[in-house]
Amino acid sequence: MARVTDAPKVVTANRLQDGAVVWLDRAGVWSTNVAEAEVHAEATGTEAALAVARASAARQEVVEPYAIDVVVTEGAAPQPVKVREQIRAAGPSIDAIPVGFAA
Amino acid sequence: MSPSAAATRPLDPPKDLPDSTAGIYHYDQVDRQFLRERVEQFRRQVDRRLSGELTEDEFKPLRLMNGLYLQLHAYMLRIAVPYGVLTSRQLSQLAHIARVYDKGFGHFTTRQNLQLNWIKLVDVPAILDLLAAVDLHAIQTSGNCIRNVTSDQFAGVADDEVVDPRHYAEVLRQWSTLHPEFTFLPRKFKIAITGSATDRAAVCIHDVGLLVKRDADGRVGFEVYVGGGLGRTPFIGKKLRDFLPEDELIAYLEAVLRVYNAYGRRDNIYKARIKILVHELGIDTFRQEVEAEYARMSPETYRLDAAIIDGIRARFASQPYEALPPVSGALGRARLEDHTFNRWVRTNVAAHRQPGYAIATITLKPAGGIPGDASADQMDAIATLADRYSFGELRVTHEQNLVLAHVRQDDLHALWKELSKIGFGEANSGLITDIIACPGLDYCALANARSIPLAQRISERFADLDRQHDIGELKIKISGCINACGHHHVGHIGILGVDKKGVEAYQLTLGGTAATEGAIGDILGPAMSADEALDAIEGVVGVYLERRQDGERFLDTLTRIGHTPFKDKVYAAH
Ligand code: HEM
Ligand code: SF4
Repeated sequence: MARVTDAPKVVTANRLQDGAVVWLDRAGVWSTNVAEAEVHAEATGTEAALAVARASAARQEVVEPYAIDVVVTEGAAPQPVKVREQIRAAGPSIDAIPVGFAA
Repeated sequence: MSPSAAATRPLDPPKDLPDSTAGIYHYDQVDRQFLRERVEQFRRQVDRRLSGELTEDEFKPLRLMNGLYLQLHAYMLRIAVPYGVLTSRQLSQLAHIARVYDKGFGHFTTRQNLQLNWIKLVDVPAILDLLAAVDLHAIQTSGNCIRNVTSDQFAGVADDEVVDPRHYAEVLRQWSTLHPEFTFLPRKFKIAITGSATDRAAVCIHDVGLLVKRDADGRVGFEVYVGGGLGRTPFIGKKLRDFLPEDELIAYLEAVLRVYNAYGRRDNIYKARIKILVHELGIDTFRQEVEAEYARMSPETYRLDAAIIDGIRARFASQPYEALPPVSGALGRARLEDHTFNRWVRTNVAAHRQPGYAIATITLKPAGGIPGDASADQMDAIATLADRYSFGELRVTHEQNLVLAHVRQDDLHALWKELSKIGFGEANSGLITDIIACPGLDYCALANARSIPLAQRISERFADLDRQHDIGELKIKISGCINACGHHHVGHIGILGVDKKGVEAYQLTLGGTAATEGAIGDILGPAMSADEALDAIEGVVGVYLERRQDGERFLDTLTRIGHTPFKDKVYAAH
């Protein structure tokens, strides 16, 4: 059964070296897979995770960490609520390579 | 009108350059040394950033000065193509960079730049080295400076051209590059210049728009426009001077920039562009301020000497054209025999001032494609075609297309067949699928909504060439947010992505144009979903087809019957 909590959150940022989208996991390590993100149901958890993320930003590992709303479905990766964050998580909604080349 | 004798005077092309027949400004050792130093400087800055010595707040302005943004998924590098002219060798190098350091493609933009969307910070110094090796860079593509100057993609070859604007564009580039007084303006500053009666450079929507022309005595001068711009508060530029003599160009622009630097608002980013200053002061007061500043300056210090322009002109190669009959028999036959090719000639080929030659536009808009995107393989193929058919030279247009500016009419059919093989033979320049679209929410950190998927769906919906050619000239321009990088305000049909309570939505405008004189479109009504927007465009086109009279283009019909019939159609079901 799907369990939907009230505005749970994950913490995200872009990695300094390559700009890749990353999420903070349970071990306080950045992951490029949203499925590994630690989800916080309460503000205290989110704040603690943000503190870890800000310390990481201060060590110049990531840029501009922040928390986003997600929808949690059992057995699935946390799904960001905003389209912007969905696209950050899944990549562009379009093919990377333009169509039309028949080499 | 015939171009000046001076502009067409054959000059020896610079020696020892592989691309010495391309009409670009050829760098000298001083230019090259400067670029190398800039790359080294940025390399050290990147090192310090990666080692943690520089914070993001400290580094951001430095990376922006080198055209490097942080977007949603990666860094984005914006590479300058000064006034849109590239050599085939430069394009091949861009293809190489896209292949090695990006995901194998690039995006040509409305500012005649190339953007790479998947750049890693650690790779940027190496990329800048590769760019510098072919006299390219990413300077002045970001930040509050005078940005890369844009121009007419048909510069130097259009049969309606009065004066070749490239030489003055180069003057402006040299003047504005690292100008100490104008590196920290209140906001970015964009200059566009054209030398034709037909404005293909959208000068009316630039901070300063210049129209090079001749007076009754044949002397060169500039019609100067100021305060145009799109974004949150769109304005069409206002005329500042009807005829600024050639030698006063730099002095006068210094005066304009000084007034802007002194009075432009630095307290509010939304009010910082010169358009707001011009709007708030009124053009007459603004002009008085400029003239007063101008009167205080020493004209001699800033006088643009004819010798300087001659020197610059000499650094542009002229093409070794063949003497050909004005009309090609082979072209005439191919047009009769190959209907699809004939259509391409109709939409994508323009008259060249050299007898027997033509200008070919390569629309980077295949059916269902991403406007302005080209893969590394496609770029390489086009570079080869430029070598074979156009003296190794290419142009980038503000409508996100490429141009081969010197094709023998005899070669057009062969060129088109080659283009068709790489998916770029579409006969749609200026038609409904020749869409401008910004990167939107698929890449851009500032976006409210996606632009590209909607552009693709419109392109698919209207892919039928019979229908496109029947509809005729109709320009759709899409921006993913109010910054208006996709020029939606001046689209015949403009589409703006908005955020409607967390959901992507699209607002339509009608009646904009960036052609000579320009106009900002009017909002049609409330924003709608992508599906509804697609149907709305279908509806708008339907009303036009039903109501048009003989010879009327979409804009003509709109002007004649007004917006109400279109509005009624689109919102009838609501
Ligand atoms: C994806 C990263 C981009 C970012 C972060 C960005 C940012 C901006 C911003 C903030 C503005 C508004 C500035 C103002 O009004 O003061 C703007 C305007 C503009 N940008 Fe972009 N832009 C991006 C991509 C592009 C692309 C891809 C193009 C070309 C297709 C482009 C061309 C322009 C143009 C033509 C304008 C509006 C004209 C004007 O200056 O008034 N930008 N951009
Ligand atoms: S218009 Fe907005 S969404 Fe589109 S590229 Fe510009 S800033 Fe990004």
